[in-house]
Amino acid sequence: MYRYDEFDAQFVKERVAQFRYQVERRLAGELTEDEFKPLRLMNGLYLQLHAYMLRVAVPYGTLSGKQLRMLAHIARKYDKGYGHFTTRTNIQFNWIKLVDVPDILADLASVEMHCIQTSGNCIRNVTADQFAGATDEEIEDPRPLSEIIRQWSSLHPEFVFLARKFKIAVGATEKDRAALLFHDMAVQIVKNAEGRTGYKVYAGGGMGRTPYIAQVMREFVEREDILAYLEAVLRVYNQDSRRDNIHKQRIKILVNAVGIEEMRKRADREFVEIKANGTLQLPQEELDRIAAYFAPPAFEVLSNEEPTSLDPTFKNWLSQNVSKHRAPGYAIATISLKPIGGVPGDATAEQMDALAELLDEYGMAEIRVSHEQNLVLPHARKKDLPAIYKKLKALHLATPNAGLVTDIIACPGLDYCDLANARSIPIAQDIARRFENLDRQHDIGELKIKISGCVNACGHHHAGHIGILGVDKKGVEYYQLQLGGSGAEDASIGDIMGPGFTAHDIGPAVERVVDTYVKLRHNGERFLDTYRRVGMEPFKNMAYLEQMYAAH
Amino acid sequence: MAATPALQVLTANRLRDGDVVYWRNGAWVDHFRDADLFDSKASADAALAAAQAFVKGRVVVNPYLFGVRNEAGRLRAIEEREIVRSQGPSIRRDLGKQVMDSFDVQI
Repeated sequence: MYRYDEFDAQFVKERVAQFRYQVERRLAGELTEDEFKPLRLMNGLYLQLHAYMLRVAVPYGTLSGKQLRMLAHIARKYDKGYGHFTTRTNIQFNWIKLVDVPDILADLASVEMHCIQTSGNCIRNVTADQFAGATDEEIEDPRPLSEIIRQWSSLHPEFVFLARKFKIAVGATEKDRAALLFHDMAVQIVKNAEGRTGYKVYAGGGMGRTPYIAQVMREFVEREDILAYLEAVLRVYNQDSRRDNIHKQRIKILVNAVGIEEMRKRADREFVEIKANGTLQLPQEELDRIAAYFAPPAFEVLSNEEPTSLDPTFKNWLSQNVSKHRAPGYAIATISLKPIGGVPGDATAEQMDALAELLDEYGMAEIRVSHEQNLVLPHARKKDLPAIYKKLKALHLATPNAGLVTDIIACPGLDYCDLANARSIPIAQDIARRFENLDRQHDIGELKIKISGCVNACGHHHAGHIGILGVDKKGVEYYQLQLGGSGAEDASIGDIMGPGFTAHDIGPAVERVVDTYVKLRHNGERFLDTYRRVGMEPFKNMAYLEQMYAAH
Repeated sequence: MAATPALQVLTANRLRDGDVVYWRNGAWVDHFRDADLFDSKASADAALAAAQAFVKGRVVVNPYLFGVRNEAGRLRAIEEREIVRSQGPSIRRDLGKQVMDSFDVQI
């Protein structure tokens, strides 16, 4: 895991002291709310419906046991005993008091954590594949580059006043688990025709009000040039983005306004200039130095035999939540934060503490957060899986639904969020209960439902095989259905079905859509494949059926 | 522009802890049931103007008026957002203001 160097430690410590003073000045009346708001946002502090909300960065989704324990401590001491893992792989606390925040930041700093780059118009906390360093599919671990991007971006003097937020993700496999193509900029670690490792860079993806899929800026950037190239793209964005209209400020609007060819030309001009200066070259030694922090644990020589258990439910979990690891005798285990009827992404202080204990007990150094709001044990010994499962089950953390219809992404929605137009969580809970039967879930297969409570799309509804967007119609919550989105390597934006459904009707409509798929699918087709083959019409006809009957 | 609702309540968030508060007789109270009900635009606007002193005094942030309606003898916020604010998360009935009392107000 990455460990702070002296500079990092000092930087975070100073930020805590600065914010403590800023809070004091705010409470003393030396700063107005308008003056204070950008300062608190720079430290991840929002004012939501019920209280302040603090968003803590989990860089590239990696947490140590010690950090997990600190999050549990914060949940217990300063919040109401739980936290919410987000689609940016961060964690949010919902019931924070402004007066406590300086102490919370100090507690976080003591375990090398902070809330920097979790809000505001900056380069946000970098995300990566939650299977990084563990999957046999990857070219190399994407986290060293993620950390290098973090170091480059945290205090970048040129990019502290961007037009809008800027999100970057890094992946290193063909299979995209990090929704790369929905990012402002994404880096995919690739090999070129000569077998050399480098980077494919995308830009212009995003969700929100105007969703776009990122386009390729450059097929191959050499290792030493990556920061220079990222800086070149950022420069173009910083100079040319629309600052006059909040709906047109993201890079996706610029890329689609000027066209990808023109974007490439503009970025190339900057790239040449930056390269000529030679200041942003990334030496291999530096890359190696950072990569050493992310070195995998020393894997034991173990039998690769599949584990068995007397518990008949273990098999379901093993087949659904456990993935192939690069080392024989090891496995990647997804811990579902989607118990049927629970709040997607929520974890209690007791669960976080118990997971930290689990890490210690089974010799695991870290846990991961996925953008799908689950946790991941990246390096579990196969022989330990039955015991790990037993413990997870006791903690209500063993729901065997990874990637299934009940593994739903949902933003906090109107239950917590000041921006939301409608609630997301109760809709997720209703849908999960409808599909609770595990045999039915298995029969349906991979189906990604994603729910957002407003157009900002924190719940990734555009990328859902079934996406749900909550809207407000004269104070009443309605839900639009979208079909055919994907946040994976086959990225697509969902198509809007038509008029919205009430909170009462959306669950049954989703069920009819899924039943339609089951009837129409060809052998081996996922929901997404069937939708792409047959289109909206049959689903639409069935989704609105009840309403049509009701109308006549 | 939407017409001003016939009945309004003044709310804000407390600066120190972000808690939701309501205006009552020149001060702030914790519960919707205790809030002053304004049945004229003039009285609502006067309260909103008076609330600015509490913004300056660092007691609250962002005071604003919201519409309520009389629903079968009970006062309810018109917008779902204000119902959630006055109660707490609908998916956690064990948290927020709803723990202390019910949201609906008998009149």
